Amino acid sequence: MIEVEDVYFTYPNGVEALKGVSLKITSGEFVAIMGQNGAGKTTLVKHFNGLLKPTKGKVLVDDVDTRHVSVATLARKVGFVFQNPDHQLFSETVEDEISFALKNFGFDEKTIRDRVDWALNILDLTRYRKTSPFMLSGGERKRVALASVLAWDPKILILDEPSIGQDRNQKERLRQFILQMNHQGKTVVIVTHDIEFVAECEPRVILMANGKIVADGDAKSVLTDPDLIAKSWLLLPEITNVLLNLNDLGFPTNVMDVFEAGDLIIERTGWARK
Amino acid sequence: MSMFDGLKFRNISSPIHRIDPRAKFIYVLTFFIIAVFFNQLIPLLILFFSQIPLIIIAKVKKEWLRLIKGSSFFATIIFIMNVISLYFYSGYSSLASIIEQASAMTVRFIVLVESFSIFFLTTSPDMLGLSLEQIGIPYEFCFAFTTAIRFVPILAEEAQTIIDAQRARGLELEGENFMKRIRNYVPILIPLIVNAIRRSLELAEAMESRAWGATEKRTTLYMLKMERRDYCLILISALMLVASLYAWLFIKIPTMTQILNIQG
Amino acid sequence: MAIIEARNLTYTYPYAESPAFKDVTLRIERGEFILLTGPSGCGKTTLCRCFNGLIPHFYGGKLEGEITVAGLRTIEHPIHEIAQHVGLVFQNPENQLFALTIEKDVAFGLENLGLPRDEMRRRVDWALKVTGIYDLKNRAPFEVFGGQQQRVAIASVLAMQPEVIVLDEPTSFLDPLSARNILGVINRLNKELGITIILVEHRLDLASRYANRVIVMNEGQIILDGEPRKVFLENEAALIGVGIPKVVRLYMLLKRAGLNIGRVPLSPEELSKSIMEALIFDRG
Repeated sequence: MIEVEDVYFTYPNGVEALKGVSLKITSGEFVAIMGQNGAGKTTLVKHFNGLLKPTKGKVLVDDVDTRHVSVATLARKVGFVFQNPDHQLFSETVEDEISFALKNFGFDEKTIRDRVDWALNILDLTRYRKTSPFMLSGGERKRVALASVLAWDPKILILDEPSIGQDRNQKERLRQFILQMNHQGKTVVIVTHDIEFVAECEPRVILMANGKIVADGDAKSVLTDPDLIAKSWLLLPEITNVLLNLNDLGFPTNVMDVFEAGDLIIERTGWARK
Repeated sequence: MSMFDGLKFRNISSPIHRIDPRAKFIYVLTFFIIAVFFNQLIPLLILFFSQIPLIIIAKVKKEWLRLIKGSSFFATIIFIMNVISLYFYSGYSSLASIIEQASAMTVRFIVLVESFSIFFLTTSPDMLGLSLEQIGIPYEFCFAFTTAIRFVPILAEEAQTIIDAQRARGLELEGENFMKRIRNYVPILIPLIVNAIRRSLELAEAMESRAWGATEKRTTLYMLKMERRDYCLILISALMLVASLYAWLFIKIPTMTQILNIQG
Repeated sequence: MAIIEARNLTYTYPYAESPAFKDVTLRIERGEFILLTGPSGCGKTTLCRCFNGLIPHFYGGKLEGEITVAGLRTIEHPIHEIAQHVGLVFQNPENQLFALTIEKDVAFGLENLGLPRDEMRRRVDWALKVTGIYDLKNRAPFEVFGGQQQRVAIASVLAMQPEVIVLDEPTSFLDPLSARNILGVINRLNKELGITIILVEHRLDLASRYANRVIVMNEGQIILDGEPRKVFLENEAALIGVGIPKVVRLYMLLKRAGLNIGRVPLSPEELSKSIMEALIFDRG
């Protein structure tokens, strides 16, 4: 459980990245934090594992104030996968890369072996066990980075821009993976500006702009609201745009799924034929 | 890191910013030489305070203060070392004159830092590169120089991200013994180096794509031209140098101790 | 005459076991707007590097077959010569800008060519205006947002007045609004200045409306090549991997359900219009 209470954060260079943010994420939730680049998304989630401490206000993770514990302690609970895998990969083999954190956290050897096997398997990397991470493709490196965090089985998983630079198939695999993790009880927080990706995942959406939260609700109600989307400098989902233009014909505008829109329109043509 | 902000170029507009880097360099060099001439406190304090109007005109007060604050650690060390060595190895008998002499050395250090700071805070690395080019240094060196400066903040930011990413995986950088700490930096250094190499390859690719090396006779968008104010500054510098040379040779500079009439 | 012509082009990177792409034959006419897409690792970036001679001059490796760009056989001409005909814009704006002011960056290529200063000034100002960043010209490139940085990168190749501009995933680090705006700028280069555009892009939903031709690559080969509406219509299955726009998927769904609906839409507005017409027609 993460509680953020009226948090302000100012970087040493004077940039005010967060200006009074409050929110609560309960255990087992799936949340997308959205907004334009520079809206304060990444700054906010860096508070969840203590990498940043609030200038004002406080952040509680399982009722513990992040100011009073080390990053390493928080990291056991809160796994954070950075946007660019190249900012963390350094080992000679994929296997070593994944066991790095496990060693830092002092797991025993047998547990390390089991966890590495499990993480390799779940992200379809077993055949690369002995390969250098630097030899892998971009998508594969991203999966190694994810596996290296997933390995210690943190209760909360934070993914910073997981879909950036990914093609259609990779995104779909990522979506299924996230839903699976969430289904197994993990709290998943993604930071993203990929609207179509979020429209397909349908998590709870927290919309940020200029260091503040401008909306918080289910994906459908937030992403299909033209005013909110304009306020946070994003774009509406494609399908919402289609139906918004058909508003005069009495179509609902809070739709973002292809099949749902299809059903609505087909139903209408049936009515028209009668 | 904050101390280095006192040396990082501020892209603002001020009369000091517009001065030709070459003239500005001569001015800074003059200050440097004068500061080395004198070892008495009073002339060094005059030098120190005479720079302040410049800093205000250049609108870099905040960065300058930060630099002074940042260098106070070294200044303290210099002061203490001087007090110790003067006490044991010199003929000074009174504590007051020892402290005055040590203070003079400390102020000299701050003046040196200060004059460099004014130069770098108000001179765009682009302009600096350009002036290097115009005094005949091969373009490749000048380009390497400006590019290095341009990428310092980006690399610093990247290093921070890498540190964050590894700390998020349980890496602890404090405590424990020296060897262990060195080893703990490996997960930071390797990604940093790998990314720097990748970045330089991408840069090279982009340079090639923008016709790098197309002609021996490369031209430049900006051209530095010495104007009247630049010559004025050089003249002022020369006069300052002559005046201080005269003072150094012919005027007996009183010490603070004498003025205040402190007895040892 | 074609501006780019490749015949049976096969390329293998140094030390690579298998070619990055093989047997590519391609003809691109002057003034086309080409959307080049395909799953990660399909060879599209590698192909882009052939268009201005980075391959083989910068990368080495083995290039077989024929490629002519703006009448020059790239194998015989150095990169800086080809660069005056073909501009390349890369994915990461940070790593293609060098100078400490935007206008100096835009001038970089022209300085390399040794242009006289007044000509350079004229072209730099023009390129800055076309890309809409003239007001930022004295700022440092790394001080401005990603979208603006990418405009600087575009302006800096535009200043060299190339006939072709190749852009390799220029929007992938950008937020959606900046991405849409950048694509608008690219479209203007094509429609207003007649520059041939080759755009590598995953965001087909935002980009396909501008293109007159879509080329899809997979595993080092061109698998589809044609007008977007045709490619999207006939090859849904093949396009799944590259993310066919949702408006096209909705269109297809409606068509299969028997709705008499116009041509394949390339934007939400087009689809709304077709649906509106179809519904009114049905009623009448």
